[in-house]
Amino acid sequence: MKKDIILAGVGGQGILTIATVIGTAALIEGLQLKQAEVHGMSQRGGDVQSHLRLSSKSIASDLIPEGKADLVISVEPMESLRYVNMMNKETGWLITSMNPFINIPEYPSLEELLAEIWKLPRNVTIDAEKVAKDMGSVKAANIVVLGAASPYLEIKFESLEKAIENIFAKKGESIIQMNLNALRAGREMADKRS
Amino acid sequence: MQKLLLLGDEAIAQGAIDAGLSGVYAYPGTPSTEITEYIQASKEAKERNIRSNWSANEKTAMESAIGMSYAGKKALVCMKHVGLNVAADAFVNAAITGANGGLVVLSADDPSMHSSQNEQDSRFYGKFAMIPVMEPSNQQEAYDMTRYAFALSEKFGTPVLIRVTTRLAHSRAGVQRLEVLHQNDLHLPSNLKQFVLLPAIARKQYNQLLGKQSQFEADALTSGYNQLIEKDNHKLGIVACGLAYNYLIENFEDHEVPYPVLKVGQYPVPHDLVGKLYDQVDEMLVLEDGYPMFEELLKGYLNKGKKIMGRLDGTIPMAGELNPNIVAHALGISVNEGHKKPDVIQGRPPSLCDGCSHTDSFLSLNEALTNFSSGRVFSDIGCYTLSALKPLESINSCVDMGASITMAIGAADAGLVPAVASIGDSTFTHSGMTGLLDAVNNNSPIVVMILDNSTTGMTGGQQSSALGKIDNICLGLGVHPDHIRVITPLRRNHEENVKVITEELNYQGVSVIIARRECIQTLGRRMKLKSMQKMESNN
Repeated sequence: MKKDIILAGVGGQGILTIATVIGTAALIEGLQLKQAEVHGMSQRGGDVQSHLRLSSKSIASDLIPEGKADLVISVEPMESLRYVNMMNKETGWLITSMNPFINIPEYPSLEELLAEIWKLPRNVTIDAEKVAKDMGSVKAANIVVLGAASPYLEIKFESLEKAIENIFAKKGESIIQMNLNALRAGREMADKRS
Repeated sequence: MQKLLLLGDEAIAQGAIDAGLSGVYAYPGTPSTEITEYIQASKEAKERNIRSNWSANEKTAMESAIGMSYAGKKALVCMKHVGLNVAADAFVNAAITGANGGLVVLSADDPSMHSSQNEQDSRFYGKFAMIPVMEPSNQQEAYDMTRYAFALSEKFGTPVLIRVTTRLAHSRAGVQRLEVLHQNDLHLPSNLKQFVLLPAIARKQYNQLLGKQSQFEADALTSGYNQLIEKDNHKLGIVACGLAYNYLIENFEDHEVPYPVLKVGQYPVPHDLVGKLYDQVDEMLVLEDGYPMFEELLKGYLNKGKKIMGRLDGTIPMAGELNPNIVAHALGISVNEGHKKPDVIQGRPPSLCDGCSHTDSFLSLNEALTNFSSGRVFSDIGCYTLSALKPLESINSCVDMGASITMAIGAADAGLVPAVASIGDSTFTHSGMTGLLDAVNNNSPIVVMILDNSTTGMTGGQQSSALGKIDNICLGLGVHPDHIRVITPLRRNHEENVKVITEELNYQGVSVIIARRECIQTLGRRMKLKSMQKMESNN
C-alpha cells in the first residue's frame, strides 16, 4: 500500500487536522507515514499545503515528487488547483470543497474555478460548508471534505472514525459526535456520486 | 517503547530530554520554535526540572547555555539560521572555551526562504568555529544525533552544532525512543580559568581546539553517521548530505541506488571515506540542501580533478531547497509530469489577520505621513513586516532584528527628517533597546513606533520578553517622558492616533509611540481557554 496525498487550503482552515486524522488512522492500521507541514509566515492567511505520505514500506522523501500524488484533498477550490501539477496524471484524484475563501482582491469567479476542476479526469467537488452546517457547525467543513475523500484513501472507514474519537477526546462527546457526523455525511456525498 | 509521531523539531527536543538535558535556551524563530515549545509542554521535562523560558535573543540564549555548560550540566540552545548571526560572538568563542557539561547548538536553516530573509547555511558556522556538526536526514536521526551530540560534546569538551532545514524541522514521522539518561550534577571545570579568554589563555585553548580537529574527523569515521554504501556501477559516485539522501533514494525502485553513495551526517567529513569513493568512480555528484559547501571543498579552487557535478556547475540550481525532482534531473532520470496548472490561479500571499492591531497602527501612520515625501519608514522582523505589501504598503525596510531604529538614525543623520522606525515589542527587547540608546545619545529626530501586541506573534504567540516593561525601558534609556506616547490602535481611535503621530513627527528629537493592543490570535486563544475553564468549573 502506498498513498501520496497533498492537503491544500488557506492558513487556518484546518488542513493539519485532516492530516492528523488520516495520520492517526494510518498508525492504527500499522502503516508508516511522513507528513511535511507548513508553519510560520504562510499561516497568516496565505496558501498552505501539507505532504502526507502513507506506505506499508519505508518512506524516503518528506516531499512528494511532482506528478506522483495519488490524491489532492483541498478545503478550498482555488487552492486545489494550485497543486494539480503534483498529481499523477493517469491515476490521481482531486477532492475539494466548492466554498471559496476570498481574502485577495483578484480572486477568480467560482464558475471559472469549477470549470477547471471539472476538466480533470477524476474529481469530486462538494459543498462542504453546507453539509457541515447541516451537521451542526460550519467549522467541521474540513472533516466533511475528509469524508468525501475517504473512499480513495485505502484506509478503513472505521479507522478514520477511531482516529476522530482519539483526537477530539479532550473536547468532549458532542464535538466528537459532530465530527463523526461530518465525516459520515461527507462519505455519503462521495458514495452518491459514484 | 512505542514509536512517537514527531516533527523533526520535536524529535530533537525529545532526544535532548532523554539525553539528560538540564536547560534549553532559545528565542523563537521559524523553523526552530517547536523544539523549545515541545520542552515547555513536556511533562517529563517539568518533572526533571528542565528550564525552558524564552530568552531575550539568541545571543543571551547562547551565553546562558555556555554558563550552564560551565556549571557542568547539559544545555541546548536553539535558533533559526539568522539567529546564529546574532549569537555568533558567543558561539565562535564557545569553541575556544570548550564545553564542560554537554553544549549543543541547534540551528535551523530555511533554504527557499519560506519564512526568512536569506538562505544562509549554518554548516559554514560550524566549520568557521571548527567544531563538529551533525546533520540528520530524518526524524529518527534527529533524535539519535541529538543524544550523540551531547555525548560527543562531553567526550571532547567542545560545543557541537546540529543543523537541520525547514523540511525536516516541520515534517512528522515515527521515532523510537531510547532509555532516559541521568542529568548531570553541578560540577565546575577542573581548570577554573578554562573560560577566561584572556589572550594568553585563549592561545592555549585555541591550540587545544586545533589539536582536536583530527579527533573530530576520526570520530566522524567511526560514529556510523557517515556511511560509504558500496555499489557496482562506478560511472558515478554520489555524496548526499543530510536530507538530500532521502531525495536521492526516492528516485530508485526499492530505494536501491546503483552507484556508490557517501551518506554524510557528521562533519568534518572523513578524508578516508571521501577518497575511497573518489578513487573508484568516473564522476562525482554532490547533493546538499543549502550552499554548495562540501562541493566546493571537494572541487578545490582549481578544479583539476575528476568532473564534480552539483550546484556550482549548474547541474542543480544555486538557489532554493532540493526536492526529489531536482535530484532526478541531476541524475538524468525522467520525472512524471502532473496536470498543467491553469492560469486562473492567483497568488495568495500571507496577510495580517482580520482585526489585527498592526493594521490600525499603520493606517494611522500612513495618514500622518501624507504630508511628507514617501520612503521614510524603517521596519523590522515580525507580522508587521507584511505591511510592506498591499493594501497598506507602509514600510520601506526589513533587514535584521532591531535594524529599524538604527537605520532610522542613519537616515536621519543623512538628512531624511523625520525618519520613522516601526518595531514589534518582542523585536524591541531582542535587539531594539541598544539602538534606542544610540538614538537618545544622538538626539536623533526619529519617531519609534513600538507595535506592542504583547506577544511574539509571527512565530505563533510565544511569551514576549518585553511584556509589561516597554514604557519603563524607554524611560530608563533616557527618552523624554513627554515623548513617550501610548496609543490604542483601534479604528475608533484613528483620528486621535493620527494626531499623536503627527505631533511626534514634528518633534525634533527622539519620540517613542507605543501602539498597544493584544494580538488577535493570542486574545482569541485566551478567551477560548477561559470559557473552557468556566465550563469545566460549572460541570
